[in-house]
Amino acid sequence: MFGRLTWAAIPFDVPIVMWVSAVVGAGILAILLLVTVKGWWPYLWREWITSVDHKRIGAMYMILALVMLVRGFSDAIMMRSQLALAAGGAPGYLPPEHYDQIFSAHGTIMIFFVAMPFVVGLMNFAVPLQLGVRDVAFPVLNSVSFWLTAAGVLLVNLSLFVGEFARTGWLAYPPLSEIAYSPGVGVDYYLWSLQISGFGTLLSGINLTTTILKLRARGMGYSRMPVFCWTALASNLLIVAAFPILTATFAMLLLDRYCGFHFFTNDLGGNPMMYVNLIWIWGHPEVYILVLPAFGVFSEVVATFAGKPLFGYRSMVMATMAICVLSFMVWLHHFFTMGAGADVNAFFGVATMIIAVPTGVKIFNWLFTLYGGRIHFTVPIYWTLGFMVTFVFGGMTGVLMALPPVDFILHNSLFLVAHFHNTAIAGVVFGVMAGYSYWFPKAFGFKLNERIGKAIFWCWFFGFYLAFVPLYVLGLMGATRRMQHYPDVHWQPLMLVALGGAVLIFTGIILTVVQLVVSIRARDRNRDLTGDPWNGRTLEWSIPSPPPAWNFTLLPEVERTDAFWAAKQSAAGQQRNAAATPQPYTSLQVPKNNPTGIFTAVCAVVLGFALIWHIWWLAVLGLLGSIAVLLMQAWRTDTEVVIPAEEIARFEREYALKRTLA
Amino acid sequence: MSATGEALARSAEIPLSLRGPAPTRSVAGFGFWLFLLSDIVIFAALFATYAVLSGETAGGPTGAMLFEKRHVFIETACLLASSVTCGFGSLAVQRADTPSVYFWMMLTFVLGAVFLGLEGSEFGGLLAAGAGPTRSAFLSAFFTLVGTHGLHVSIGLAWLIVMLLQVATLGFQPMVGRRFFCFALFWHVLDIVWIGVFTIVYLGAH
Amino acid sequence: MNAQVEAQGEAPGAHLKTHGTRRSYLIGLGYAVILTLASFWASSTDLIYPSGVPILLAVLAIAQMGVHLVFFLHISSASDQTNNFLALAFGIFVVGLTVFGSLIIMTNLNHAMMPMDRLMQMQR
Repeated sequence: MFGRLTWAAIPFDVPIVMWVSAVVGAGILAILLLVTVKGWWPYLWREWITSVDHKRIGAMYMILALVMLVRGFSDAIMMRSQLALAAGGAPGYLPPEHYDQIFSAHGTIMIFFVAMPFVVGLMNFAVPLQLGVRDVAFPVLNSVSFWLTAAGVLLVNLSLFVGEFARTGWLAYPPLSEIAYSPGVGVDYYLWSLQISGFGTLLSGINLTTTILKLRARGMGYSRMPVFCWTALASNLLIVAAFPILTATFAMLLLDRYCGFHFFTNDLGGNPMMYVNLIWIWGHPEVYILVLPAFGVFSEVVATFAGKPLFGYRSMVMATMAICVLSFMVWLHHFFTMGAGADVNAFFGVATMIIAVPTGVKIFNWLFTLYGGRIHFTVPIYWTLGFMVTFVFGGMTGVLMALPPVDFILHNSLFLVAHFHNTAIAGVVFGVMAGYSYWFPKAFGFKLNERIGKAIFWCWFFGFYLAFVPLYVLGLMGATRRMQHYPDVHWQPLMLVALGGAVLIFTGIILTVVQLVVSIRARDRNRDLTGDPWNGRTLEWSIPSPPPAWNFTLLPEVERTDAFWAAKQSAAGQQRNAAATPQPYTSLQVPKNNPTGIFTAVCAVVLGFALIWHIWWLAVLGLLGSIAVLLMQAWRTDTEVVIPAEEIARFEREYALKRTLA
Repeated sequence: MSATGEALARSAEIPLSLRGPAPTRSVAGFGFWLFLLSDIVIFAALFATYAVLSGETAGGPTGAMLFEKRHVFIETACLLASSVTCGFGSLAVQRADTPSVYFWMMLTFVLGAVFLGLEGSEFGGLLAAGAGPTRSAFLSAFFTLVGTHGLHVSIGLAWLIVMLLQVATLGFQPMVGRRFFCFALFWHVLDIVWIGVFTIVYLGAH
Repeated sequence: MNAQVEAQGEAPGAHLKTHGTRRSYLIGLGYAVILTLASFWASSTDLIYPSGVPILLAVLAIAQMGVHLVFFLHISSASDQTNNFLALAFGIFVVGLTVFGSLIIMTNLNHAMMPMDRLMQMQR
């Protein structure tokens, strides 16, 4: 009746998990109770849950990522503290079978449920505004993408309380991930939650690529697009091209596990290395999917806060598209040690070194943008400067490991772990934090507290170096990744320093929450009344903060890059800025709210959970539910809502009034 | 912007990339084209796996022993014919010619169903002979590659039924026309994938 | 309305006139039938050098895929088709890399990592 789901699935014998379950459960209940008592459900349902507005969906992605950052980071603190204790013969406090789940969950959550949602959220929010259009190409699909990601999050979090997680690392290599060696539900939780959220990501990639290529303001040819939109285009092209490979590979592993197929088994002709090969054909483009939008944020930030146009627009674009293509040609460097001949290894080693060149071009372009500018040292610039120094170190350690002979020594050591955290944190996290501080006033209409923002930066900056420089050293000394204890007590001081770094970063994360609370309470003092708090250059700063549902009352027409800056400089632009948007207003159509997203996700969770636990009748129900939701959407004909001209007029009058107060 | 202004803006001298947001039909078609390309990448991964594992028969039967070329020829003919009937059906949709739409699309459905029936009987025969997907890596790869194509055809047939129901209940609204367009793209791409399948899997069997 | 729809670039096929595409489907069918028959013949005849058969089959298959793309999907090099064409090119790039890259790498790995007894068997 319930497949293999029994009461034994709940880890009553692991006190940490039971306590966390209790606290999280109580917290969720408290929130649900509060919302019900205050009568917020209609508002939440109408304005957020069924919203198809890219700005709302972008914000929800960011909130989801922030919550999962806390979960992923607690895994990190647990690993660091375990390693700080488990020197010589000491066992530490986390037994191996739990430690394995922790490092697997840490990687899976950070890549798929923190970094991806952060980056997709930023792109969702900013790209349509920068392109001068009202929404993405497929607003309902956008909502579906977000809710499918949330469904994946729910499944991953459920694994903590009901059952277990995978013990295979974040990529679940066979044969360990095959049914013979991982008979439990852990790998199934991993596979189904990633298949579900991966489908959402693919749809999002299609959505944003179509938006950038087919929906731009009149006059905004490709060479007049902001660089953030170029990096978003490259990133989403990579999503469309690479994620299907992940889907196919996971599907094959699922067939092995559920139906006894022999793709990657040890017997009857299976080849586990084929999994490794395929998964990295996806895996390498994935890291560029994450970092390219971060590069785009930095391009916007340096230009804005140096008060100069971005240096080398054309070379920036070409470097971005070169990275897009080259990212598909280096994947073997993730398994140099797995037995390929020297010639094959050499090809991929050289290709890996070549791919560092376009990134170098970008670094120089940012440097030359800053040079000669009047730099305003705001929080986004802090993140950018921190990135430029720190990411270069990480990139250089990557080029070092691109040499197969060096990689034979450093593969799967803590040196590797330090390298990818170096690039992921300095690149993706710093970029997301810069974008978050930069676009927050646009999204919510008030600025974040600058002083706390700078403190957050310093916590992450010093915390990163404290946490990961020891790991570089330890890696060179022979320490491997994913180890639960180690024999050499001389390594312990370095592990302790690393723990200190992790605590410092954790302080930064706490401060992020504090900053939000403080800023919300002080919002009236820090209102952005003009819509242009940073003296920006691109179109999103030409509309009010927060923007109305329809984004632009009058769709802009563009004549050059940095369209808003040009408009501000010209006399006509200054005059236009002083008055309200010209009359008469016409009524506008915007997409109507749509519950397809949330309903699809509910069915996906039911389907995923049922498949994991082998509750076949429930899986059929989940599948039928999804089909029903799809058919309901197919017959839906009232998909737009009209915003009357009077409402637009009223909004514009209020905006003009606010601007005079600024 | 006035109507004449819009018409002027859409005049041929201005490059496409500068004309502002594209019409819905173009946006929907391109988005679906991207989706189809992502689907082709899934097949690429399955083809690559098939190519790598095609020799791993683990002492069991090989492709040359199992596959019947005549059977495959009929399947190929069915699918190719259904592509053409689907094309004629698309033209009928553009004309909003309901009887022709039903005729050509039902013919497409029948040809697709015959294809699936033939494929199902082939799979059944293989399973009965002990040459199922659990026998060897080669057979796992075969059943998955060909089976995934068959699954796509099945989904296509279900979609076609839904589309015909949409014509019956909603008429030829722009939304329905767009969806037929996407269906036709889907159906043609499935035939393209089948060219790869019959060439590499069946004709290339050793 | 039609002019507006035509102006902005379409997904494959949407812009052509009715009678033009009816011919297009029939011509495409003709080519496809010839290529299919040729493929089936090539795989079972003795008239072609055996090592050349796979290459011939590949050429015929690619040609037929091209026929489908041009005559059924109406992909062309027209200026309003550029996005579709470039997307297709990128897709083909990724497909080629996946299939041929995997084949080269896995063959290399299988050969280099062959168990010693099988290697010796091969050399005997």
